[in-house]
Parts: sequence; C-alpha cells; structure tokens
Amino acid sequence: MLKIRVIPCLLLKGQGLVKTVRFKKPKYVGDPINAVKIFNDKEVDELVFLDIEATVDGRKPSFKLISEIASECFMPLSYGGGVRDLDDIKTIFNLGAEKVIINSYAIEKPDFVREASGRYGNQSIVVAVDVKRNPFGKHEIFSLGGRKKTKLNLVDHVKEMEKLGAGEIFLNSIDRDGTMEGYDIEIIKRVTKAVSIPVIACGGAGKITDFAEAVEKGRASAVAAGSMFVFHGKHRAVLITYPSVQELEEAFS
Amino acid sequence: MKVVIIDYGSGNLGSIKNMLRKIGVEGIISSSISDIEKAEKLILPGVGTFDHGMRNLGLLGLLPILENKVIQKKTPILGVCLGMQMFARKSQEGESRGLGWIDAEVVRFMFDDRERHLKIPHMGWNLIKIEKEDTLFREMYPKPRFYFVHSYHMVCRNESDILTKTFHGYEFASSLRKENIYGVQFHPEKSHKFGMKLLDNFVALC
Repeated sequence: MLKIRVIPCLLLKGQGLVKTVRFKKPKYVGDPINAVKIFNDKEVDELVFLDIEATVDGRKPSFKLISEIASECFMPLSYGGGVRDLDDIKTIFNLGAEKVIINSYAIEKPDFVREASGRYGNQSIVVAVDVKRNPFGKHEIFSLGGRKKTKLNLVDHVKEMEKLGAGEIFLNSIDRDGTMEGYDIEIIKRVTKAVSIPVIACGGAGKITDFAEAVEKGRASAVAAGSMFVFHGKHRAVLITYPSVQELEEAFS
Repeated sequence: MKVVIIDYGSGNLGSIKNMLRKIGVEGIISSSISDIEKAEKLILPGVGTFDHGMRNLGLLGLLPILENKVIQKKTPILGVCLGMQMFARKSQEGESRGLGWIDAEVVRFMFDDRERHLKIPHMGWNLIKIEKEDTLFREMYPKPRFYFVHSYHMVCRNESDILTKTFHGYEFASSLRKENIYGVQFHPEKSHKFGMKLLDNFVALC
C-alpha cells in the first residue's frame, strides 16, 4: 500500500528560508541546507522548495542553491520558482531534483506545460495553483505569488492543466497560508473531483489530524505544510519538526 | 572501487552520484566505452520511456560493451527503474526489443473495477516484501520502504529471479537478481537510509 505523502513546503527568499502568512510578511527561519539535513534525519517523505521571488524579479532559478539543496537531499525533491524554460528544467533534473513546479508560467503560457511534460514525462511536471476566496466566497486564482488576480475558473484551469500533461496539482490556499487553522477542505474537494491526477493540498495545516481531514474529506493524495514543520509553540519559535512514522501511520489509519 | 553510472541521456544521474558520495564512493557519470570497460560496478539509471532508452543505448554504441561487460565478464550491474526494465525482453510501453538479460516482460499496471481508484503512475513510498534473501538487502533496516515512480512493472518468467515484491492493486516484482544482474523498480537514491544501505551493499558486497 502506498503511504500518504506528507511534504514540508519550504520557501526560498534569496539564500535563506522564510515562512509567510497569507503569502505576506516573509519571516526568516534559517538556512535551507541546514533544514534539508534535519529533514533527512527525520526521513521526510518528500520536500518541496519554492523560490518566492524568482518570477516576480524576472530571474531564472538559482541553480547553485538548488544544487546545494539537492546534493543533501536523499528523498524526492520538487523545485518551483521562475521555471519558464525547457532547458532550465533539464538543468534542474540534472542537479538532482525529480520534479519541477510551474505556476505563473502555466497561466501565462499553458502550452509550456504540454511541452515540458511531453519532453520530461508527466510524473516530473507539477502545476501549482494559488487560490483565494473573494468576499463573496468565490474561488479566485492568483499568479505571481498571490500578487495578480486572474479571471481563470478554478475547475476549468485544473482540468486544462491535467489535459496538457501535468502529473500533479499542488493546490495552495492563500487565505490559509501560515495560519495553521486547517486546510480549506472545500477547495480541495472541488479540485480532486475535477481531476484524476494526484492533488497535493497545501495551506493551513496546524496539526496531524488536519492531514487526515484533507485526505479523507478532501480526497487529497498528498499533503504539504510549512509553518507546522518550522515553527513551534504559540510564539512561533523556529524549530524544525516532522511527525514520526508511527504518528503518521496512526493519523491515516 | 570504480563505479560507473551510465549516462545515456535519460534520467536523474545527479542524485545517484550524490548518494554514492554520501557513502564514500565517487561515482563516474559517463557514456564513454573506455570508462565502462574499466568499471568494476555499473549502474544503469533511467527515467523516461522504454523505446527512448533503448534507442539511446544503441545510438551511443553502448550495446556491445554492455553485453561484453555484463554477460561475458559478469561485472555486477544495478538497473534502477527504467534501467531495470530494459533488462527485460520487451515492454508494452514500446516497440523496441529490450536487452533480454532477464526472462521478463514489462507491462502496464492494470486494475480491475475494485482497484480503479488507484493512481497510475504508482508514485510515492511503498513497502517491500522480501521473497528471497540476498546480499542486496543484507542488514536492511526494519520495515524497509522505498520511493517509487512508474507506470509499468516487470513480470518475470522465473519466480526465482524475484527478490522482493510490492503491493499496488496486486503484487509485482519490485526488485530482482539473476547472477550479476540486479534490478530495482524503486529509486534507492531517493529512499533515505534504506536506499543508502542498498547502494552500499551493491557497491561493497555484490
């Protein structure tokens, strides 16, 4: 039986690791290489790194940093941020990552998803979608790290991405990001109903039971979290943690 | 120890080299015949499609040297994922003939109605069940789990070639060995201490 993947989602800003709240107020939480070493020891299922500035600054992924991260990463690694060139994807794979995450550029040029998955295989191409509820409760998709509102319909967009060859959807709730109030189950459900590829739920996890809820009620295939794995206690002291195999087994049983 | 990771334009070579380095071995990523000639251990990685992989091995002129090293000289080789699948005679994924070193065919996962909900590719962490004790899994940590990403799997004619099985809808061969030929469907280079132990065993003991 496949285990449910529980994935720390780590945000890069410059050379450092940060954590945001609702995509804002990035707080420095440490050195990425050091974090990877700790997550190695904790035997995490998978790691996601997102460079939150690359696209906004209009620059390429930081290959040197990816290389340093990947060389210490003895688990599956996905990288996102500024991915908009087929050859860059190849470079990222050669450095030791197995998946790239495409977000803004999948909105700007959807065909890029088809080209990338055609060349490198669906399993290596993840499309990330950042969703926010407007005051009327409608689900809106944002690009450029939550800065730019799009007119895209959530269900249509994820279906389109699946059709173009995305291997997975990384679904992030902007409203829940960094809040640790639990996942937005309704959004997860809408997306998992629309596509048959795996959906990774992200945004809002604060405790282990939140994972189980995203999987059982939301039908997510995998769950990701940021704050929960880098902060500790009500004062949000920086401490890297990850549940034990036993704790996760119990949560999903 | 000269370990050559065969570069045929397919797959994640960096991560295998990274893990070898962690266990104190400098792997050589190469597609050169002379490097392969001198290798004491070979690793055939692979991500991508069966035909693409076989075609590239052919275009690089590597088929005769591999045949010579593996079949005549009995140099240990470890196939990873597609690398292992190419040891088979053929695959449902393509038209090309495989290397034919293992009497096996590669087939796509096929589920009946009860298992329709299972995803293809089989992607994520899964357990292995040891069918046959082997050096490759010597002193393996308890409850070994490995990272898998694949849509096709091996079906071996000889059960005795199978080292471990894994369950995804049904049991399939997740690793195998025939003499000096070793294959794993999962990715040891991405499987923490479990994969590290396996690679260490392959390099040091096989």
